[in-house]
Amino acid sequence: MTQHASPPRDSTGKVPPSGAAPAWRGLMAHADVRTLSLLGVLAALIVIGGITKPDEFLDTRNLQLVLTQASVIGVVTVGMTFVIISGGIDLSVGAIVALASVWATTVATQEYGFAGILFTAVLVGVGCGLVNGVLIAYGAMVPFIATLAMLASARGLALQITDGKTQIVTIPSVLDLGERDAYVLGVPPLVMVFAVVTIIGWLVLNRTTFGRRTVAVGGNPEAARLAGIDVRRQRLYLYLLSGLCCGIAAFLLIILSGSGQNTNGNLYELDAIAAAIIGGTLLTGGRGTIVGSVLGVLIFTTITNIFALNNLQSDVQQIAKGAIIVAAVLVQRRTASTT
Amino acid sequence: MAPEPPLLSMNGITKSFPGVRALDGVDLDVQAGEVHCLLGQNGAGKSTLIKVLAGAHQPDTGTIRWRGEEVALRSPIAAMRLGIATIYQELDLVQHLSVAENVHLGHEPTTAGFIVRGRTARASTAQLLKRLGHPEIDPGRLVGDLSAAQQQIVSMARALSHEVRLIVMDEPSAALDPDEVDNLFRIVGDLTAEGVAVVYISHRLEEIRRIGDRVTVLKDGRAVAGGLPAKSTPTRDVVAMMTGRNVEYVFPERPARDAAGGDPLLEVRGLARDGEFEPLDLVVRPGEIVGLAGLVGSGRSEILETVYGARRPSAGQVLVDGRPLRPGSVRAAVRAGLGLAPEERKAQALLMLESVTRNVSVSSMSRFARGGWIDRAAERGAARAATRELSLRPDNPSVPVRTLSGGNQQKAVLARWLLRGCRVLLLDEPTRGVDVGARAELYAVVRRLADEGLGVLLVSSEVPEVLGLADRVLVLREGRVVHTAPASELDEHRVLDLVMEGSPAS
Repeated sequence: MTQHASPPRDSTGKVPPSGAAPAWRGLMAHADVRTLSLLGVLAALIVIGGITKPDEFLDTRNLQLVLTQASVIGVVTVGMTFVIISGGIDLSVGAIVALASVWATTVATQEYGFAGILFTAVLVGVGCGLVNGVLIAYGAMVPFIATLAMLASARGLALQITDGKTQIVTIPSVLDLGERDAYVLGVPPLVMVFAVVTIIGWLVLNRTTFGRRTVAVGGNPEAARLAGIDVRRQRLYLYLLSGLCCGIAAFLLIILSGSGQNTNGNLYELDAIAAAIIGGTLLTGGRGTIVGSVLGVLIFTTITNIFALNNLQSDVQQIAKGAIIVAAVLVQRRTASTT
Repeated sequence: MAPEPPLLSMNGITKSFPGVRALDGVDLDVQAGEVHCLLGQNGAGKSTLIKVLAGAHQPDTGTIRWRGEEVALRSPIAAMRLGIATIYQELDLVQHLSVAENVHLGHEPTTAGFIVRGRTARASTAQLLKRLGHPEIDPGRLVGDLSAAQQQIVSMARALSHEVRLIVMDEPSAALDPDEVDNLFRIVGDLTAEGVAVVYISHRLEEIRRIGDRVTVLKDGRAVAGGLPAKSTPTRDVVAMMTGRNVEYVFPERPARDAAGGDPLLEVRGLARDGEFEPLDLVVRPGEIVGLAGLVGSGRSEILETVYGARRPSAGQVLVDGRPLRPGSVRAAVRAGLGLAPEERKAQALLMLESVTRNVSVSSMSRFARGGWIDRAAERGAARAATRELSLRPDNPSVPVRTLSGGNQQKAVLARWLLRGCRVLLLDEPTRGVDVGARAELYAVVRRLADEGLGVLLVSSEVPEVLGLADRVLVLREGRVVHTAPASELDEHRVLDLVMEGSPAS
């Protein structure tokens, strides 16, 4: 046969060129680096707060306030993190919180007392999540569009229910949960709910088949499907989960504000997405951590608090938040590209 | 040979991606006015090579000379400026822009630098289309409304809208009817007559015979033959080079016993998909490896994916243990005991960000879970046992799967199905992207799994692989089984004849 054979080469075929072990160690290091750098940012913020307003910032009441504020958006962010890891997005979380909070505080609902409010808030959240999930998983709608439609509709419905009025909660057992008397060892009940949701979220993501499937669906939907995972059902469950978190958050917000308003949860979707992103969750799916997202929430809430204490207006806060998002993504891009 | 330096000469081009060396010292030289054909199986490195040539990939090592002078193609724009145009297989047109807008995308004729002169663009586009023999295409129409063949012409018009000296065409005939192919060849002839060089990629050998001047054959990232005369090199030699006849494979021995014993594990009855493959019957028994041989486009992968439920058949049935599977359901197939090792491992099988353990356990998670709660120690132990059984290296299932070599990534996929307790393995090009040295080991693994009672349905474009590994072989040509025989009764020449001509001519 007339052929110019290529020069003989090492037939043992050595690939990959760069050794496997260093790359692996690099990845492990990065996982730690990401969490550590978020912790570092949070520590730096606490130092800044402590220096600029030593008396006010480090005051127990202020720290309780920061954590309480973080709780509502934090619970939403845990659900959002799951959705984003699966390669989706949920733009409707803020609107669902609003709808759940007003539906749970109507006069009719309040007749059923504490349980009525809690049950309604959760049910409305899950119901909205169900609609999102069915449209996305079985209606093959793009998550962005389906949840955008939910955002508009849920806000509209919330306005229709309240007619723009604030619905005051008159159930003492609900209101009492927001009072100082209800704090356990100085920890507000809302913060405890947030902590429990975080821990459950972490366990579900890292220790259960549900969490594994979420990562698989986000990392490579085709591979997940060919591995025998029911990708559509998983997607449905994920939006249900996000809706459930919104329902819980709505209940927390009712406790916190003692009322239900159709303007509740305004721009929660942006805060939750931003917190997940700076926490290291890939917007394209397949990777993300609950710890990172919660740290992202705490960082945002702390900044807001420090700015407020220093009499900086919300416009400055918004600009700072935007800058942080950009910085976080740029830093992560750099660390990702060096692996 | 050439009185002046070749228009293009690439020397010792290498390019590695994580886990695979896509190009391993490739040489290519192209003369002005010639049609230089690039041949090779999927994964041989053709796409990577043309992306290097188009400036889309940067080579790790190697030199590129353009008319004798060394150049660096740092970006697609740099390549374009030299006069290199590439027409990709997946057409890179903007569907929602008009023909003229696509043709002039990035270099629109403008007034004052930013106002697009639409009429000028349309007029020059109409001229280009006329030159390409398609004056009927309206430059004002949206590209998305055109047929695939027309889009191809638009793509070519775009290439010609630049000052072009070399055009790379990646399987331009794949989407074309015969008469459209004739037009394509006429265009290629016109271009070369003007001194433009054409690098032509195709799987169809008869096309290369018709229009090619010289042929370079790529295999496993190497040029196994460079600059052969396209018209006079025997077809059989060319195909043998593509399919790797020159490589010494070590195949495991077939068991002495008759493999045809036992009830069928997998039975396919009249399975068909319109436009992809014709009704197919086949049976795989325990311990048997059945091979499907055929070139790209013969419907091999489509058949496997349809058997697996990843594509919905237009007719026919798949039975496992005599029980029909719900058509078009991967989950039903997996539950019944099928496992697929797909052709595109990274895109279709692996979770590249995850560890080996998680990749292996992904199809049998519920076995290690109680109430959804995963017993990670049990999972790790089982994954380790499965990967050890296949001697996956490194022997540490907690490393990310993307750090493994191609052969070991394939073993991770096999381990997944082993762990699942799968009974019929569907292997689609199991050694694609796997180093030659690691192949023998993979063959031994597959044979051993069969000896343990698994049924295996193997698809490969490498004829020696099918003949060496399978017990029984079905030869495919354009979606149709043209021959079935025990592997021991076939030889490579016979199969190649069948694969290319459809009839056992010699």
